[in-house]
Amino acid sequence: MVDLIATTPAGAMKPYVSGVATLSEIALGKATSIAPFKGQGAAVETALGIKLPKVGKSTSRAGQGVVWFSQGQFLALGFDVPAGVHGLAALTDQSDAWCALDLTGEGAEDVLARLVPVDLRITTFKAGHALRSQLGHMPLHITRLKSGGFRLLSFRSMAGTTVHEIQRAMDHLAGRG
Amino acid sequence: MRLKCPVCGERDLREFFYVGDAVALDRPDADAGMDAWDSYVHLRDNPAGVTRDLWQHEAGCAAWIVVTRNTVTHEVKETALAGDVKRARG
Repeated sequence: MVDLIATTPAGAMKPYVSGVATLSEIALGKATSIAPFKGQGAAVETALGIKLPKVGKSTSRAGQGVVWFSQGQFLALGFDVPAGVHGLAALTDQSDAWCALDLTGEGAEDVLARLVPVDLRITTFKAGHALRSQLGHMPLHITRLKSGGFRLLSFRSMAGTTVHEIQRAMDHLAGRG
Repeated sequence: MRLKCPVCGERDLREFFYVGDAVALDRPDADAGMDAWDSYVHLRDNPAGVTRDLWQHEAGCAAWIVVTRNTVTHEVKETALAGDVKRARG
């Protein structure tokens, strides 16, 4: 089959550096939401080979990750959900639906503090923690990376505004010196 | 104002959508009669004191939440998942 050139949600933006923070777009690869049917949580975990995260957490195994996404809903990132999960959970392919951005650097917490109404400091929001909140009025999913930075997922349809808002906050923060 | 989502924990007001009086959990039977339906659709108390409203954690986990709060002191006494409240009533 012809290998077409995929366009990423933020238009393959180059990493944006401002002050002590860097914003980069990440190619997520496969993303599938998993909502286990009633009482099937354990069966889904067995079929998946990865534990489903508790509320506000994420789990990973051999580079494959699952993040908590909503009530009874999880997002599997970067791998194909095994066929064994079919029939145990409602699965939806979300691969092209989300714009993934990594916000890293010393200033990342301060940038998000200007945009997100949740305390994201490392003391309360630790590596592997994940939550849903908003950026301005736009839905935003945030995961704290092991490196200390943040992985941000926003709706693809709002990718441009998301990038703009974050870049603006980065510039304003950098402007304070 | 901050509300404690039973799923996500305490969050800022702007993440929530205010639905209204938690009367929506007490939908009358179809044949309950005109008075019951009139009351359900149109009549609301406006208490100076404890009130129960339905909110949705729109920007978070999307849970429907029954919030018991005091309109005079702004104290939020209790929050519970609407699903749990409904199930507990049978």
